Amino acid sequence: MGSTAIPTGTKWWSGGKSPFNVSYGKVMMWYFLMSDAFTFGAFLISYGTIRFSVNNWADPNHVFNSFPFAGHANLPLAFVSLMTFILIFSSVTMVLAVHEGHQMNKKGVEKYMILTIIGGAAFLGCQAWEWTHLLTGEHVAMLNDGTLSVLPTTVKMNPWGAALSHKEMVDALQKTSHEQLVAIANTLHHGAESAHHAAVSLTNQELINQIASSEIHATHTGPIAFGGYFFGITGFHGFHVFSGVIINIIMYLKTKLGHFEQRGHYEMIEKAGLYWHFVDLVWVFVFLCFYLV
Amino acid sequence: MSAQHYENPEITFHPDHSGGTKKIWKIFWVLSALTIIELALGYFLYAKHGQLGAAAVLSTKIVIGILTLAKAYYIVSVFMHLGDEIRNLIMTIVVPLVLFVWFIIAFLADGESWKNLRNTRGKSRTYQTEEVSKEAVESHK
Repeated sequence: MGSTAIPTGTKWWSGGKSPFNVSYGKVMMWYFLMSDAFTFGAFLISYGTIRFSVNNWADPNHVFNSFPFAGHANLPLAFVSLMTFILIFSSVTMVLAVHEGHQMNKKGVEKYMILTIIGGAAFLGCQAWEWTHLLTGEHVAMLNDGTLSVLPTTVKMNPWGAALSHKEMVDALQKTSHEQLVAIANTLHHGAESAHHAAVSLTNQELINQIASSEIHATHTGPIAFGGYFFGITGFHGFHVFSGVIINIIMYLKTKLGHFEQRGHYEMIEKAGLYWHFVDLVWVFVFLCFYLV
Repeated sequence: MSAQHYENPEITFHPDHSGGTKKIWKIFWVLSALTIIELALGYFLYAKHGQLGAAAVLSTKIVIGILTLAKAYYIVSVFMHLGDEIRNLIMTIVVPLVLFVWFIIAFLADGESWKNLRNTRGKSRTYQTEEVSKEAVESHK
């Protein structure tokens, strides 16, 4: 509770004042955020329901183990921690901007709004990298017809099922077409052009021997719903981040132009701040549901 | 640099904003610490994958969930200043969210029941997961 003492017996509901002691705009922002919380909650609970109903859900430590410029190093939780700290930090700069607004310090508001916008943009950049990495990833998985194929993670398919035993993989290789065997052999050399030419001229059995003797891990295809939920929910959150960055840019420009100083208060910064913190709040739960557990 | 003055006649009492930024930074460190503990527990689950019993995994996940709720509390209460608002406003925001308790219980139980029905073919066979049934088919050949 604020340090302002509110006299007992104040008649909040007798008209002429806000019974909640806040402006109309702020109350409506709170109610919008509450409804948005239900939207996100419904998405996440629906995801949980489907995840609970499937025997082998994708293991997040297996799916999200990459880091930019780290090649094929196995780094579970690392990149998403970076994204989480970026968002927490941009939340701090936002609340500092609100604080400077309370002090009517125009320069301070400008500085912290810029930092918040940079934080939001950095988060979006991270998400763009992560999506690209999943959508263009190449992992060997066994399709329903018993042949092996190189799969990315999309809303229609993903390679995040249970691991195949070596024997299962060798059996599946025998049924796999020449074209797919070449594609699998290419993943061993990370798509090097010369290796591709060499692989095309090999016979099926030579390719099979090469693949079977390699360190390659093949899996079953994963639950199809995984991609839809992951891209749907992180996309919906990412769109909130994007619109939050746009709102913050507008707030920065209005601060710079002196609109709030003329108005005598920085309440618009507080309302934009509520939205921005909500975006951080949702990420806390997305982080929990998709990456941690 | 005088403190701001609302012209808004709806607002009866102004919260005191003259305090410094100490509390904001304190909450930043609290949120960071909670996140690091969550990550440590998440990494523990990864490192011990396959070695822990179902109950240990579930209770670790529940602890992570509780830490997440603590983070949510600090963000809403301090960063969004809901803790500084009057009780009526806090209650209209928080009370409806109690519905989530029921949503989560009902829908996750639904998912669990769906899995049981699938693995027992609608209670017409003993419980087995698809992987088990595949192996059973293999050995049958």
